[in-house]
Amino acid sequence: MHGYGIYLLKRFAQFVLVVFIGISLTFFITHLTPIDPVDRMVAGMTTFGQSDPEAVEAMREALRALYGTGAPLLDQYFEYWGRMLVFDFGPSLSSFPTPVSQLIGRALPWTFGLLATCTLIAWVLGNLLGGLAGYYRNNLALKTFGVVAMGFHPIPHYIIAFLLLILFGYLWPILPISGGASQQVERGLNLPFVLSVLKHSVLPGLAIILISIGSWFMGMRALVSNIVTEDYVVYAELGGVSRRRIMRSYVMRNAIAPQVTGLAMSMSGFYNAAIIIEYVFSYPGLGRLLIAGVYAGDYGLVLGVTAISIVAVSAAVFLIDVLYPLFDPRVQLS
Amino acid sequence: MLAILRDLLRYNREFAAGTVLTAIVVGMAVLSAFSPYPPGDIYVVAPDLPPSWDHPFGTTSQGQDTFWLLTYALRNTLLFGFSVAILSRLISLLVGMLSGYKGGATDRVLMSINDTFIVMPLFPLLVLFYFVMRDDMTWALLALVMALLGWAYDARLIRSVMMSLRTREFTRTAVFSGMRTDQIVIREHMPYVLPIVFSTTLNNINWSIGLEVTLSVLGFTDIETPTVGTMIFWANQHSALVFGTWWWVVFPTLLVTVTFIGLFLLAVSMNEYIDPRSRLSRMGGGVA
Amino acid sequence: MPAEATGQGAGPVLTVRNLRAYYQMRYFGIFREVRAVDDISLEIGRNEIYGLAGESSSGKTSFIKAIAAANRPPLNIVGGSVRYSFLDRDIFRLDPQTLAAVRWKHLGYIMQGSMNVLNPVRRIRESFVDFAFRHIGLPKAQFFALVAAHLERLHLPPDVLRAYPHELSGGMRQRVTIALATICRPEFIIADEPTTALDVVVQKGVLGMIREAQQEIGSSILFVTHDMAVHANMADRLGIMYAGRLVEEGPTRTIFAEPLHPYTAHLIQSLPRIGDLAPKKALGGAPPNLAEPPPGCRFHPRCPLAMDICRRETPALTTLAPGHRVACFAASPEVRPAPPDEDAGRADGREAALQPAEGR
Repeated sequence: MHGYGIYLLKRFAQFVLVVFIGISLTFFITHLTPIDPVDRMVAGMTTFGQSDPEAVEAMREALRALYGTGAPLLDQYFEYWGRMLVFDFGPSLSSFPTPVSQLIGRALPWTFGLLATCTLIAWVLGNLLGGLAGYYRNNLALKTFGVVAMGFHPIPHYIIAFLLLILFGYLWPILPISGGASQQVERGLNLPFVLSVLKHSVLPGLAIILISIGSWFMGMRALVSNIVTEDYVVYAELGGVSRRRIMRSYVMRNAIAPQVTGLAMSMSGFYNAAIIIEYVFSYPGLGRLLIAGVYAGDYGLVLGVTAISIVAVSAAVFLIDVLYPLFDPRVQLS
Repeated sequence: MLAILRDLLRYNREFAAGTVLTAIVVGMAVLSAFSPYPPGDIYVVAPDLPPSWDHPFGTTSQGQDTFWLLTYALRNTLLFGFSVAILSRLISLLVGMLSGYKGGATDRVLMSINDTFIVMPLFPLLVLFYFVMRDDMTWALLALVMALLGWAYDARLIRSVMMSLRTREFTRTAVFSGMRTDQIVIREHMPYVLPIVFSTTLNNINWSIGLEVTLSVLGFTDIETPTVGTMIFWANQHSALVFGTWWWVVFPTLLVTVTFIGLFLLAVSMNEYIDPRSRLSRMGGGVA
Repeated sequence: MPAEATGQGAGPVLTVRNLRAYYQMRYFGIFREVRAVDDISLEIGRNEIYGLAGESSSGKTSFIKAIAAANRPPLNIVGGSVRYSFLDRDIFRLDPQTLAAVRWKHLGYIMQGSMNVLNPVRRIRESFVDFAFRHIGLPKAQFFALVAAHLERLHLPPDVLRAYPHELSGGMRQRVTIALATICRPEFIIADEPTTALDVVVQKGVLGMIREAQQEIGSSILFVTHDMAVHANMADRLGIMYAGRLVEEGPTRTIFAEPLHPYTAHLIQSLPRIGDLAPKKALGGAPPNLAEPPPGCRFHPRCPLAMDICRRETPALTTLAPGHRVACFAASPEVRPAPPDEDAGRADGREAALQPAEGR
């Protein structure tokens, strides 16, 4: 366990580094621009009819901490971090006076549930089919799937989501195209609600699966067609080990570790995709919150979602890193 | 070189398809130089006309000819992707080669930073950037920011190529014969690194165009410059699909999809040409 | 098991007749053929260690792949037969199930590059289960007791079973693969450069272990290495390969005492000897490109004794003394030209029929 401890420590340091650099980037983006966002925002707020002076003052204070006060940059930087560490982004402008952190807390489970589930489905399915395609190179069905995946893979997320929307929203309207669940059912752990959630997640989920399954398929196929020439596979074949055992314990088992690394490395890409897909299908997650925040001119909300996104994605990557030694026993030594 | 290209075209289906698709898109972009209408002008033709001989892709609700507008849009979109790719190549080459060649502490520090940018969700950051800049956001600024954020994945690839080169025989020979580090890197290693750089360039163009389209469709860029993304943005603003002017959405979507598939196929076939292992399996496949 | 022969007489364990295995490739429309194994015939007797020598790319590895029916495209069997005493027919004519059942039980294999032959994500005990369990026919507990006893006989601590390959040293890994190859007591073992990656001290131990295991279970071994010093210590008989052909074969002692082929002589001369201070003579040139071998004897461009006939005709492998065969016109006037190459035209027609059935 000694080696594993050192490994964990290193990965945790990397996680902290990502959060540190990411949050610092948000600071520089918001503080080093010539525009004073606070004045612009307070002006916008008063036109919305918020005139309770106490509320305006509370908000101005929160905004000054988040966007700069004219104090020395370093002092501002520390104050900024003070707010960030407790996830205090002030009240939301568009849903005044609800705190931004509360809005984020409400949206987070939707994004997490959709993205985690569908990414995992795509990963498992893509790797399984890709592995088979790499091992049985002449199978026609798998070859066809490969060509289709290759065609789908490079199409941008927005266009895939948009095509699904047109197809199932207008041409063949059998699935709900917006929202996270029907407004008619009572929220909570009851069957109608769960079914409604599932039904509403089909299209956005399908979009996430469609954009990611191809890369797992192609990656695994390439890995497997290289691994079948490795000495240990040739040796097992010479040893008369059964083909199913070779496929499972020799080929797939060795190919899976790089694909786990691949999952960690493409996490941010999938998150980007999820944002736009949520927007297209008005899914009540972080992505819709972010884009709605931009349209409403809600600074606290946009900054909050960005910061949480950085923390959440790097935490997900850290989690994958923690599990990685399960897939590759060699990592504990190095 | 020409013979390789000819053979690739003849025997590698992905390369041939990629070349044809990319040529279509580049050809259309070049046509923008011959457009009868300046790109910024609106209401130069009758609005909302369906495709016809006079207007092959129809006209928009703003009175623009969709075909000629699309030639400008493709030109700007391709130029954007190309600029980002060239700029970010400079960073990924520098980081990748330095890291792979120096190794040790330099490598560890650079790769830590590199992995940070791989893990970072860039889209929210770009949205935040637009949110702060608003109307001061320009085409060139976005390209610069995306280049600064989008180099990491390829730097790692270039580093791994460098690491394998460093341990090869000819590197040792060059070191013993007294060549300086920069000479070795440039004279001996560049020929091996350049093909990788070329294939990552194609992938990076795809990546940046994808992000640009997504940002533009939401209106989070300089929406006055015609790109494929801003075209779709304006079409959505005019509810083109509801209104029935489908050609305004369908043609830009189609052409940008062709761009993506074309560049992707070129990158894939390029990769295969570089990687001798997949080439060998193809050779074996020819007989079996 | 219908494919296994019942009678086990005193005849050879392995009989190879006119074996040809070529790499056949088609890329960018050009057909290429590399004659890695070209018309090789040999026999290996019971309880014998047969050494096969030659430089890298002389076709040794292709030869063992071919006789184990482990070749896969682009390496194709173009002609010839490979028979084992424990099989009732040519190994290329077995169905995949029978072939899988024969492997490891009768035909063991110690592979080149022990670093990568064991599955890196599987413990050693699992490898023993994968390879040997179905042949031994004992319950798990007794099976592991048998494996532990076998390891102990070969001076390996039984706790290597719990280890992953990366936790063992190179020498340990090679010993484990030898234990793995001998656990089923196969009649025939192919050893492909088993000591090449090891340092000299470890190498000595591993060679001793192979000999011990061989004497205990009475197997025959085809021992392949480019290292003549290893052959001098291990082999009963020796075959020398050059550019895909067998150029000389005989008892190890005879070959070292009076090599008849100039290539064999060169290999032996380049061995270091105690007290020998004369500089070693390097052989000029490189092994021929097997896609376009030189006409006549393939060694003639590098041969100090080359004559006119060597540039025109291929020498036939001729028996000059009991058990001593050589293919060199300079060795004796008895060596005649080999019959003209008659396989060129029929290669494409036969390759399909001779594909090993288990290829993917």
